[in-house]
Amino acid sequence: MTTTRAPGDVAAPGRGGVGDSALRPDGTLKVTGEFAYASDLWIDGTLFGATLRSPYARARIRAIDLGPALAVPGVEAVLTHEDVPGRRLYGLDHADQPVLAIGEVRHQGEPVALVAADHPETARRAMERIAIDWEVLEPITDARAVVADPDRLRVQERGGIVRHQPVRVGDVASARARAEVVVSGDFSVGIQDQAFLGPESGLAVPAEDGGVDLFVATQWLWGDLRQIAPCLGLPEDKVRMTLAGVGGAFGGREDLSMQIHAGMLALRTGRPVRIVYNRYESFFGHVHRHPAQMRYEYGATRDGRIVYATAEIVLDGGAYTSSTPNVVANAASLGLGPYEIPNLEIDAYGVYTNNPPCGAMRGFGAVQACFAYESMMDRLGAACGLGPVEIRRINAAGQGSKLATGQVIDSPAPLAEMLTRLEAMPLPPPPDRTDLRNLPGGVSQATHGEGVVRGVGYGVGLKNICFSEGFDDYSTARVRLEVAAGEPTVVVHTAAAEVGQGLVTLQAQIARTELGVDRVTVAPADDRIGDAGSSSASRQSYMTGGAVRAACAAVRDEVLALARTRLGAGDDLSLAGGKVVSASAGAVATIADVLGDRTVEHTREYHHRPTVPMDPVTGQGDTHVQLALCVHRAVVDVDVELGLVKVVELAAVQDVGKIMNRLSLEGQIHGGSAQGLGLALMEEIVVQDGLVRNPSFTDYLIPTILDTPPQRLEILERPDPRAPYGLRGAGEPPTLSSTPAIVAAVRAATGRPLNRVPIRPEDLCRRCS
Amino acid sequence: MDFLRPESWEEALAARAERPDALPIQGGTDVMVELNFDLRRPAALLDLGAVRELAGWETLPDGTVRVGAGVSYARLITGLGDRLPGLAQAARTVGSPQIRNRGTVGGNLGAASPAGDAHPPLLAAGAVYEVESAARGVRLVPAAEFYAGVKRNALGPDELIRAFRQAPAAGPQYFSKIGPRNAMVIAVCSFALALFPAERRVGTGLGSAAPTPRRAYEAEEFLAAEADWDADLDDAVAGRFAELVSAAASPIDDVRGTAEYRRHALGVLARRTLTWAWNDHRKGAGACA
Repeated sequence: MTTTRAPGDVAAPGRGGVGDSALRPDGTLKVTGEFAYASDLWIDGTLFGATLRSPYARARIRAIDLGPALAVPGVEAVLTHEDVPGRRLYGLDHADQPVLAIGEVRHQGEPVALVAADHPETARRAMERIAIDWEVLEPITDARAVVADPDRLRVQERGGIVRHQPVRVGDVASARARAEVVVSGDFSVGIQDQAFLGPESGLAVPAEDGGVDLFVATQWLWGDLRQIAPCLGLPEDKVRMTLAGVGGAFGGREDLSMQIHAGMLALRTGRPVRIVYNRYESFFGHVHRHPAQMRYEYGATRDGRIVYATAEIVLDGGAYTSSTPNVVANAASLGLGPYEIPNLEIDAYGVYTNNPPCGAMRGFGAVQACFAYESMMDRLGAACGLGPVEIRRINAAGQGSKLATGQVIDSPAPLAEMLTRLEAMPLPPPPDRTDLRNLPGGVSQATHGEGVVRGVGYGVGLKNICFSEGFDDYSTARVRLEVAAGEPTVVVHTAAAEVGQGLVTLQAQIARTELGVDRVTVAPADDRIGDAGSSSASRQSYMTGGAVRAACAAVRDEVLALARTRLGAGDDLSLAGGKVVSASAGAVATIADVLGDRTVEHTREYHHRPTVPMDPVTGQGDTHVQLALCVHRAVVDVDVELGLVKVVELAAVQDVGKIMNRLSLEGQIHGGSAQGLGLALMEEIVVQDGLVRNPSFTDYLIPTILDTPPQRLEILERPDPRAPYGLRGAGEPPTLSSTPAIVAAVRAATGRPLNRVPIRPEDLCRRCS
Repeated sequence: MDFLRPESWEEALAARAERPDALPIQGGTDVMVELNFDLRRPAALLDLGAVRELAGWETLPDGTVRVGAGVSYARLITGLGDRLPGLAQAARTVGSPQIRNRGTVGGNLGAASPAGDAHPPLLAAGAVYEVESAARGVRLVPAAEFYAGVKRNALGPDELIRAFRQAPAAGPQYFSKIGPRNAMVIAVCSFALALFPAERRVGTGLGSAAPTPRRAYEAEEFLAAEADWDADLDDAVAGRFAELVSAAASPIDDVRGTAEYRRHALGVLARRTLTWAWNDHRKGAGACA
């Protein structure tokens, strides 16, 4: 049996240390199409797995007849829930999701049966022959109705509400009586998809010890493992996980997709099984961003100081729990943004419905609320006769301020200064109308400039970094230093998932800086080393970066101790340029000479500071590890007659504590901003009666390069003393703030209220809605 | 699934006659998507990509341009943009550069989707489609008679699309389309207009606005009757023209947009394209005088 294109060591090129724009080792491979993604894995003798899914949002399964499918030549296995070797339910926080439907389905696309066959076409034919006797039921699809009547509208036995998190501070009733200006609004956010380009895929290889080796594209190897092993009825050490090439994640790979299914088929058939979703199936193969319905009210003094705020946020999680409880916590704790508000009442709800399942996506509960609270800031500013920057600056939180949870922001949060810097950036010139690509609609030539009005808007976003509410999402790193071919060489090994964000590059940069060694190799991420936590919550630079640094420090300490023993050198030693360097005497030896044939290896865990859960009644508590801010200014040209939008420029100021790799960082900010642009203007999974109407990239639109404007960035480095290198997680905050900035700019151009994202053309032109 | 790959037009017609269940495929930008999504499982594919006769264009003795069904959008833009400007503008809005390298007008006609970008400018310009069968020879079908229903055309089961014929632009031509993103988008609705100043008439074509691509006949007749071709465009005339274009549509609500928005947008596009074309026409007239 020969494995081809299996994940291998990644030799990180270049010499960049922390702070350098080191190039990513996977960059050229990805651009030239040579990178091995999970869907490229192959072993001789592999079977093709396929998944039969529910066409209904809610239905009972009266009977399943597998006989005709099993009779198809080339079919090796057809499995249902009865064939799950272990626990039949799994889930990130709460195991309530059936590996395969048990007597009923609760959302369109829910997996019902599995087929393994010698050819994908055979598998497809066999699936068509699985006869299911359905009893179709009326789906529960109105999230607000579930909040109102959770006992009657039950998708799950335990009731309709996943989590209700209140937050209470001060006395809203008496503040309301004092308020001189009151504004309110209803806002909603459609279902956004992660739209990663590499569909769910992977390979399961049965092992001689009765276990299984899984090569999968995921965000969290250990998180997967803890869910997979019980369902396969195997101890964790018999399920071996290796990260396969990940084609984007954005939260959509935090939940399992094909992992248990491929494992079941491999164990049953005794042969390797490969499952690769196509784009259509992918839309049903992962959770999406929660759609939200939100109701806000703010009261303020005439000069714009907010005296109270109320917010009700309803998040539709779909049929299963997934990460909804944590999404609710973010929406509740960050529901009013980075503003000082003395009296407040927030109620955030996550509910079960038969709509598409929702869970983690970049921004995680903070995105939805951000659209509402920033819309409210503009509305309040207008009511007080204040501009968008002024109203925000008046109410801006900073270091020392309290969040809604009572948690004091205890590291730099220079929001007012960031707004001032943003406002001072030059504005772009009017469009060059001789090139259609500069106008709304582009070369579709909807306008030559007629009806085009410019608008400018601002948005602010506040995101928690790392897992919150008492979760100890530590990371583990093993670092080995040895001499190979006369040169000191470092191998870094973690279970942390490179999902495209540049973590492999960063691990090598940290090792170079800490150990003064150029040659660094990053071993494939797998579970032969302890947990690294998930590549989510903007946490890997912080957590795995911290673990790699700690392991490097342990290696360095041993090398220096060795140098002192062997050379009798003093206490002022460090490693640089492949040498042991004394502060007083300069280079005293090469690392190669000090090490000889000795290998120095250390493994370290890195933990962030402890946090606590939100109080279930008041929502109070120091729940977050770190907080990060980004502010955006959007300039748009809107064709107000047709409702088409061209984003002319996005300008951003973000505080990242420390720039670890400017090239990667700017890419993260550009990409995050573009994802926020998508939510503002086009990205929505359209659902009717629980059924998805646009599961394709033909009709689920994501921004193209012609939709993505030049982005002017100013990146601040105000270190967080608790974080490694002072860094602040950076991947998510721009996704929050770009959406409300763009919507505000479109409001400025059109005068329309725009209480819903994504904005549709028909929302913008007066005569057509 | 059988895969037939004739290398000459004669072989292609023979294969078509023999296998009426074979789905013709040109660049594959439509057919392959349908196959990938499992929306269609034809017994055979008839790949016309190797048929040399379809790959070029020529000018007929009467000046008409005859364009083979296999000419890609990319070649159409660079090679025929001066003579067929409306169609070239539409071609420029098709998909991405990769899609424009593969996709063809022939494929667009075969699929006969109401959203196909090539249809409105072909309708507006009064193009004629050349279809042929081994048994019955060549038929010339005017564009306006070709579209039979949603994704259905007038092609017989033994016929293939050989070419389209269109006179070089006799006046200004414009194509406009609406999509909620600024590139790579299927038309929410589209509109094409061709002025024929010598004949004092206008041609129109509507896309994604009805079960089939169609012309706005009343709008065409109104303009021919009411416009003063020797004067600047009258606002009231432009407004009425726009209303009649809107009225010619029978749009639906779907995931890409509402019927109401489509009707509104078509009116705006009609007024704008007519204004652009009229301004070009007046400038041209001025230059001649």
